[in-house]
Amino acid sequence: MARFAVRRLLGMAAVLFAVSVLVFVIFNVVPNADPARQLAGRSANPQLVASITDEWGFDEPLPRQYLTMMGNIFSGKVVSYETRENVDERIVEGIPETFSLCIGAAVIWLFFGILFGYLSAVRAGGWLDRALTVVAVTGISIPVFWLAAILLNYLTYKLELLPSGGYVPLSENPLEWARHLILPWVTLAVVYVGFYSRVLRSSMLDAMDEDYVRTARAKGLSERRVMTRHVLRNSLVPIVTLFGLDFGALLGGVIVVEGIFNINGIGQYAYESLLNLDLPPIMAITLFGAFFIVLFNSLVDIAYAYLDPRVRLGESAS
Amino acid sequence: MAGRSPWYLAYRRLRRNRVALGFGVLFALIVAFVLAAPLWANGVADTGPNATHTLERVEVDGESREVVNREGKPVGPLWFGAGGKFFLGADGRLGRDEMVRLMYGGRTSLFVGVVASLITVLLATVLGLLAGYRRGWVDTLISRALDVVWAFPVTLLAIALGLALATGGLQIGPLHLSGDSIWVPILIIGVVYTPYVARPVRGEVLALREREFVEAAVAQGAGSIRVMVRELLPNLASTLIVFFAISVANSMLLESLLSFLGVGVQPPNTSWGTMIAGGFELITSSPQLTVVPGVLLLLTVLAVNVFADGLRDALDPRAKLRLEAHAGAPEPEGHAV
Repeated sequence: MARFAVRRLLGMAAVLFAVSVLVFVIFNVVPNADPARQLAGRSANPQLVASITDEWGFDEPLPRQYLTMMGNIFSGKVVSYETRENVDERIVEGIPETFSLCIGAAVIWLFFGILFGYLSAVRAGGWLDRALTVVAVTGISIPVFWLAAILLNYLTYKLELLPSGGYVPLSENPLEWARHLILPWVTLAVVYVGFYSRVLRSSMLDAMDEDYVRTARAKGLSERRVMTRHVLRNSLVPIVTLFGLDFGALLGGVIVVEGIFNINGIGQYAYESLLNLDLPPIMAITLFGAFFIVLFNSLVDIAYAYLDPRVRLGESAS
Repeated sequence: MAGRSPWYLAYRRLRRNRVALGFGVLFALIVAFVLAAPLWANGVADTGPNATHTLERVEVDGESREVVNREGKPVGPLWFGAGGKFFLGADGRLGRDEMVRLMYGGRTSLFVGVVASLITVLLATVLGLLAGYRRGWVDTLISRALDVVWAFPVTLLAIALGLALATGGLQIGPLHLSGDSIWVPILIIGVVYTPYVARPVRGEVLALREREFVEAAVAQGAGSIRVMVRELLPNLASTLIVFFAISVANSMLLESLLSFLGVGVQPPNTSWGTMIAGGFELITSSPQLTVVPGVLLLLTVLAVNVFADGLRDALDPRAKLRLEAHAGAPEPEGHAV
């Protein structure tokens, strides 16, 4: 176990290192992004640009610039080239918004994904199964940003049922917090509800043919108990895997949803920084996002070992 | 049923799947619709996808109307009121014909989706075959490179690449792509989805390489390239076909997202994504400009997804492959980072 943990940690660090190098390289080959010019602002003269270049070390070799930036990111001193505000502080400020969005959406998609998948599998072939299949496949196929635009137009602008976006802190007013987040939650969750219910349905249908299910029935257990305790429970393994991967990678989807619903979280910050070709926040946010992806990748493996005792951790990481 | 090829059996299973066939027909209709773009543009609407009609008037049932009124509101759907001109109305301040743009935009969306998926599947096949068959340091190198791309939030990587390339273009050897080229989003989408296909392909190659027919080929003196191309590739074909179909759906969705954010398809090209982006600015006054391209995109992706589902059932009746690719299929041996 200890060996596994050490190897896994080293692997995570290596991937994060590679990710950061990749971002750094992508944005250093972009011709229109001269950081010295960005820092100098609109009324820049050549002398100012030259002195900034010198002061910030933009004329130093790229590997050294990279090390300086990474050092600043991890010591919390890194500042944006565009606004000069502290990047790490700005990310921390965005955490409540972004985490509220992600966790709420995850609760919704797990609940409805598992509910729909369960009902579909139990009633396989019936009309309920067909109806839920239509819902699920449509959910998978829907362009998320388009759904957001449509919901916003009809539920907010036309019917005025819900606020058009923004964020109210949970500690201030829990009801308003939820009311402001309901549309973003639904938008973010829709794809996953469809996807998870499909996966759970097929995994439950496979499990129903297993010997232990026949044994459970032979013991005289009620059908409901067989389905929940034996079939569903064993079919949740792929859901756990997917959830780990999807939840870790959610930062990508958040960019769009935060933008459309005007939530000032990390996703919004990422998008603004990208548009300004503002390298320090882009580096920091990408690392932040990639960290969650590799972290949840590892958590999935550990969860696997608990759910399925046949998996041995040391060997699975070959 | 002895003597029938597996492809024929798969075809027979697919033919019995009414739902999948129905959606296959829907997809064919959408393709026919976008292929008819020049016919409609030249024969009926008499305009091009980028021709502006801001200050013009159009005769509707004998009454003359402004294409774009003084408040900047474009004319709504005229259906056949003006003989097919502005069938779906105009697209905004520039007064372009929405129907013509919809047809040409669909061409771009489908083209990007299909070509990007070809790139994904091609790259994934080469990488998966090499990593799975050669193993050793080749496998380590390829798998770690895929891990790095995998560790990026897909959208974030695609947006970053989109921005970088849209401002600077791309130079690969003698080949130069300008920033507004349609090939920029195609390459980006093709590359970012590669790990999601390459990983399962590698897994399948790892299983296949231990089988007797590979051993037999090696014993006959076949080199590794021959084994990979002649022995392993045909056994991967059904997996690759299904991945390709799912990949078309996902690539079209990612293209529309990138275009919506302004880092995908660039003017003068139009796609359904750029049209939704344009329509979103006028959503309260002219919601049809957002609704129509979005519904078409949804129907296309839906048709591809349902057809791909049927294809998978037909090619692999035991359906042991879990190919729901958008978030990556769970791997039996666990995710090694």
